Parts: sequence; C-alpha cells; structure tokens
Amino acid sequence: MSEKPVLYYFNARGKMETIRWLLTVAEVDFDEVFLTSRDQYLKLLENGDLLFQQVPMVEIDGMKLVQTRAILNYIAEKYNLHGKDLKDRAMIDMYSEGVKDLNEMIIMLIMSPDPKAKLEEIEKKAKERYLPVFEKALTGPVFLVGGKLSCADVYLLECTLMLEEKFAGILADFPNLKSFQGRMLQNDAIKEFVKPGSQRKPQPDDVYVKTVLEIFNMKT
Amino acid sequence: MSEKPVLYYFNARGRMETIRWLLTVAEVDFDEVFLTSRDQYLKLLENGDLLFQQVPMVEIDGMKLVQTRAILNYIAEKYNLHGKDLKDRAMIDMYSEGLMDLTQMIRLLSWLSDPKDQLEEIEKKAKERYLPVFEKALTGAVYLVGGKFSCADVYLLECTLMLEESFVGILKDFGNLKSFQGRMLQIPAVNRFLLPGSKRKLPFDQKSLALAKQVFNMKS
Repeated sequence: MSEKPVLYYFNARGKMETIRWLLTVAEVDFDEVFLTSRDQYLKLLENGDLLFQQVPMVEIDGMKLVQTRAILNYIAEKYNLHGKDLKDRAMIDMYSEGVKDLNEMIIMLIMSPDPKAKLEEIEKKAKERYLPVFEKALTGPVFLVGGKLSCADVYLLECTLMLEEKFAGILADFPNLKSFQGRMLQNDAIKEFVKPGSQRKPQPDDVYVKTVLEIFNMKT
Repeated sequence: MSEKPVLYYFNARGRMETIRWLLTVAEVDFDEVFLTSRDQYLKLLENGDLLFQQVPMVEIDGMKLVQTRAILNYIAEKYNLHGKDLKDRAMIDMYSEGLMDLTQMIRLLSWLSDPKDQLEEIEKKAKERYLPVFEKALTGAVYLVGGKFSCADVYLLECTLMLEESFVGILKDFGNLKSFQGRMLQIPAVNRFLLPGSKRKLPFDQKSLALAKQVFNMKS
C-alpha cells in the first residue's frame, strides 16, 4: 500500500496548487486522482470521503483531510516548516494569510464576469498592499521569518510567480523579492517543479471552468 | 502598562467577534479600541500598525497581530485550545475551517440589501452540509476533538447561536448539537458573555456599515 499522500482535485491549479507546492518543497512525493465526472464526485460523497462535500481532499497518514488550510497546516507542521516557536508561528501565519488573500484573488479571476477590472484591482493591491510588506521583510533576511525556510516562503514564491504570469515585470520595483525568488528557484525540488512535465499545473482555462460547473452541478 | 490584549475594530461583530469569543472562553480580559473615523484609521496606517492596511488587529504580547486566523491560532495555541498533537490539530483545523466558511456566509448578510436568497442558501448549506457533520462528531462525545475542549468547540457554539438568530429552531433535528450548546452555555465565562452589558457585539447594521465604508473610503 502506497504511503504517499494522494491528492483529490481537478487537473488544474485552483486551491490544490499551494498544497502541491508545499509537498514539493518538503520533498514529499505524492499521487493525484483527478476529478473528471459528476458520477465520480458523487461516489466520493457516498463513500463519505469529503467531509464538507468539497475538494481539495488529501489522503495522508490514514486521514482524509479537507479544507486547504487544515491540509497546509498539517504538512507545514509535520515537515518543520511552521516556525520554531509560537511567536515565529504568528509571523508566519500573518504573512501566509496575506499571501493567501492575494492568491485567492488570482485563483478566482477565471470565474470573474469582468476579468479586466479584477486584473486592475489585483495589480493595484499587489503593488500597494502586499508586495511592499514582503519587500521590507526581506531587507537583509534570506527567509521571511526567523532566518529559517517556512511555508510562508513557499506561498510567497508561488504568489510572485503567478503575479508575473499576469503582470510581466511587476517585480521591477521590488528587488528584494526578485532576489528572494532567485534564491528559492535554486532549491533542487523547486527547480524540478517549475520544469515542464512536473506535477505543477498550468494556468486555468475555460475547460477547467466547464468541468467544475459540471461536476458540482452549478449553473453558469 | 496594561498587559491585556487590545482589540482594534469597529463596534460590531464582523471578523473580530470570533476572536472576542475565543479570548472570553480562554478567560483572558481584553480592551477594545473602536474605529470611529477615517482620520483615526489613517493614523493607524501611518504608524505602521496595520500590516496589510486591514483590521482586525490585536495588540498582544508585544505584537500587533493582523489576519483573523493568525490571531485565532496564536490565542488557541497559547491557551492550550488547539489539541494535544498533530492529528488532533488537523481535525480541529478541518472543523474550524468548515465553521468559518459558514460563519462568514452569515456575516456577509449584513452587507446585502436583499438578503432573502442568501438566507435560503445559508439555511440549506447549514442543514445539508455543515450541521450533520457536527451532529455526527458529537455522537457520544462531549467535545468535538480528542475528548478535550478546543477552539473548534468555541467556533461551533458561536456559529449555532448565530444560526438560531436567523433561523429559530434550526437545531430541532440536531439533538446532539442542542445538548452541546447547553453544555457550553453552562461554562461561567460563556454564560457571562451572553448577558447584556458584556463585550459581545451586535451584527453590523446600516449605521456601522456606513461608518466602515467611510473609514475605508469605499463606494457605497
């Protein structure tokens, strides 16, 4: 029986991608089961596999974990990426939650009725609210918190890469962030993950939206 | 110098209310600074007190914590309300995140001019997706996780009380939840919190919403 975690989600980024990133940086191999039909989803429901009827779901260490943050917290704690004490933990959580708010905006873009306006809002918030905070936090330090790699560094890396996909050169005025990105990309596991053919998923498209709506029986 | 935590927020429930609940159950006295004008908010920003320009913010143990989950996690860990080990922690996080999803739906009602559709949606989700999970978890158990009181129990109590405010008798078919509520209400700190004159707040209303929009310079 495989001891690798198994990820249940669409063959797409969505809310699962951050989990894929974290497992990758923790150097934990994982398998994936992609949701492709409503019947398959209904079967998972019948089996009682999805606590709140939702995905992401990750089978790990005998548990069927749902809720993105519960899954991320478990992985971060287990693999020592959640800070050395309560105060570092608080800083990590603050930074992580800020990054997640920004990530969420990007993730939801594909579902937006007015993507152009949303894009402008994301760029504004990124440049005025979020990036300056991390630029400042990385003045001098190599990692965001406590001189040690943490999940916050992973979430920030993921976020900066996603931002650059939408806004090439957005890091032009944020040299610490650019250097941080450069350092993180030298990590072997991360290097492999950003190459074609890895388990990293591409940007979402209309096929993805269609699949989601169909599987959850939602109106367009 | 007061060592009590200081909560910065509007004089309303919003995202700060869960924090008020958790501090109350942990028997930690706290002070509050209410946002009452845009100038006051701008001063907080100038001082660098709000990491992502947002509230809630809680001054605690020499830190200015922002991001609701970061604040809640810190309090829960510090006061031993976050489970005895990693696996209990994962269960607590799963339940907590589910509850936060539902609670957030209820909170957003205050912002809607025509809440009728959303009220129906919330009642449906509560009865079909969320309450059955907690009803099951409390079959034969006094607390949600590990036979030990945790933050998840606090969030569940808060949520059931909020649900009953909108849907009287919603717990009719959930006997275990009703008993759970009864047990929790016997805790002296909880009991006091529910009496008039406590720090428990009312939901955002027309007046406090208008104030919030003014403080954040939002278009109505």
